[in-house]
Amino acid sequence: MKLDRRSLLKGLAGAAAAPVAASGVAQARERVEAEPDAAAMLYDSTRCIGCQACVVACREANDLEPVTDEGYGDGLYDAPADLSCDTLNIIKLRRDGSAAAYVKQQCMHCVDPACVGACMIGALQKRERGVVTWEGSQCIGCRYCQAVCPFNVPKFEWESRNPRIVKCELCSHRLAEGLEPACCDVCPREAVVFGTREQMLTEARERLAASPGSYVPKVYGEHDVGGTQVLYLARVPFEDLGLPDLGDDGVPHLQQAVQHGVYQGFVAPAALYCVLAGVMLRNRKANSDPEQGGGA
Amino acid sequence: MSATATEVGGPILDRAGRILLLLAGIGAAIVAWRFWVGLGPATGLNDGYPWGIWIALDVVTGTALACGGYAVALLAYILNKGQYHPLVRPAILTSALGYTFAGAAIAIDVGRPWFMYRIPVQFWDWNLDSALLEVALCVMAYVLVLWIELSPALMEGYEGRSGRLAELAARWRPRVERVLLFVIALGILLPTMHQSSLGTVMMLTGAKLDVLWQTPLLPLLFLISCIAMGYGIVVVESLWSSAAFKRTSEVPMLRSLAGAGALIAGVYVVLRVVDVAVRGRMPELFAFDAHSVFTLVELALFAVPVGLYLAGRVRGPGQLLRFALLLLIGGTLYRIDAYLVGFDPGPGWSYFPTIPEMLVTVGVVAGEILAYIAIVKRFPILAGGTSHLTNRRVS
Repeated sequence: MKLDRRSLLKGLAGAAAAPVAASGVAQARERVEAEPDAAAMLYDSTRCIGCQACVVACREANDLEPVTDEGYGDGLYDAPADLSCDTLNIIKLRRDGSAAAYVKQQCMHCVDPACVGACMIGALQKRERGVVTWEGSQCIGCRYCQAVCPFNVPKFEWESRNPRIVKCELCSHRLAEGLEPACCDVCPREAVVFGTREQMLTEARERLAASPGSYVPKVYGEHDVGGTQVLYLARVPFEDLGLPDLGDDGVPHLQQAVQHGVYQGFVAPAALYCVLAGVMLRNRKANSDPEQGGGA
Repeated sequence: MSATATEVGGPILDRAGRILLLLAGIGAAIVAWRFWVGLGPATGLNDGYPWGIWIALDVVTGTALACGGYAVALLAYILNKGQYHPLVRPAILTSALGYTFAGAAIAIDVGRPWFMYRIPVQFWDWNLDSALLEVALCVMAYVLVLWIELSPALMEGYEGRSGRLAELAARWRPRVERVLLFVIALGILLPTMHQSSLGTVMMLTGAKLDVLWQTPLLPLLFLISCIAMGYGIVVVESLWSSAAFKRTSEVPMLRSLAGAGALIAGVYVVLRVVDVAVRGRMPELFAFDAHSVFTLVELALFAVPVGLYLAGRVRGPGQLLRFALLLLIGGTLYRIDAYLVGFDPGPGWSYFPTIPEMLVTVGVVAGEILAYIAIVKRFPILAGGTSHLTNRRVS
């Protein structure tokens, strides 16, 4: 019995049916909305003077050692070059000719976070007030969260024998005591302020309305990547500050539509299994019947 | 069925065996060092490129290269092409080893492998949105399924000997063979699920994966290409076994297997090109920058073997080998591209594997080949040979 194309196609169609169907029927997944009391920060780049008080306050609040070994000068200055497992909050400067703008980087606490969608057994989750926090006992260190975060926020302890995933957790330990995140608490210029996401959006709109000439007319994070709980105002284009245009859908949107399409209620895999076992049973019967003389 | 499988016999640690053992040993020593100093000093990985060759090659490509068992089972059991049965056992063995070693590679790569047991155990914490969870669960289950699929052959090997193991084997083989059909069905379902999910995994990287690879068809493309690779690896393995162990050549059978591979590869090429076109990315495809060149090479590696087959130039063993290797390299490149080359976390980040990192990958492959050689020398896996023991039927 020769293998002909038609029968091969027919058989493979069965095996490939699940994902094909998925790409076809994947329905639009419902948009994830922020919780009403979602904790939020608003960072206003135009007010920031780059004093780094927030960087130091973050270190103190989160028990992190100063980073003095990045090769600047005599090592007497806490001068991290980027976010890392030792630096959860950083102020960077963008200079373009005479125009300069500061930008603060930390976890964005996305409304529909890629890292949470990625995490296998829920080490990273949106917990109290929508803050994305890490629970160590659930983490095997696969680093999928790092691969998927559009802002490259989760950091890994590369030199540890028992490495953790580390990132800004919006000072959730301080929130629990009724305090603000350390960076907001210490800012001398109200460049970074804390409140609910609704309050922060209102505040941002008021600042935009009060001096429209000083700002790009947009609140970054209101809709971007499905909305974030850290919002930004700036006078230079957001892309120049490392805040890319990522569209308005949450990162997990499309992937989960496909994933749900295939695995909804586990119906497709169960059905495929039954078909496979059924076909094999039929084949076995046909083969053991000498009149039919099946494939072998 | 008339096909018989016999053990090859001979010493396991001949010259080639000793070299493989040395390479595997070097890899193992580096792994011990990696657990002492942490992943950072041992690898080229960083916060921008959290995944390197241990994931892209050892796991993502390694399991695809281990799809021979899946691809042949589709033919032999679902399409009922009984003539392929002699290929089933060696294919299942390669798959079982491929997946087992891929599992080991995962344990080397993750930061806290001692918590891995929680993934199958703590079902109440499962994040069902996570494609990686699906991959992890399926791979774990599939390793088990593959060894059960292979167990009749292993037990058969023990039956000729004496002692308690022989008794156990004689008692359990009929039992396993009775339910084997339902295990094999699972052995077709599971790769269908997780090989496609390996594509879904990268969907979540969003804009970090270049537009030439980032598509909702990722799962389908990963699935189709792994089947083509499955036929490729069976051809390569069969030709190599018959040369290395002086077995009867299975060329006519491999030729029609190549037909299946060519068909699947053709479907893949068409889908990949149509996908790029429909998403309006033709300008990027022919931009002739690094990403465009990698994609074009990838496509060529699949298209050329299809062309060779259509031109009737996949007949002799040499031509078959060339055909199959092209498919394997094409599928490998697609996976490396989708996981590493096309992945760009942004300015300031770069990744290239360190020498120790590469030696671990070499060690994993060497260990796998050594295990394959050891098993075919001691157990009735390969068909078409003569042995000092009586020939046995392959079921």
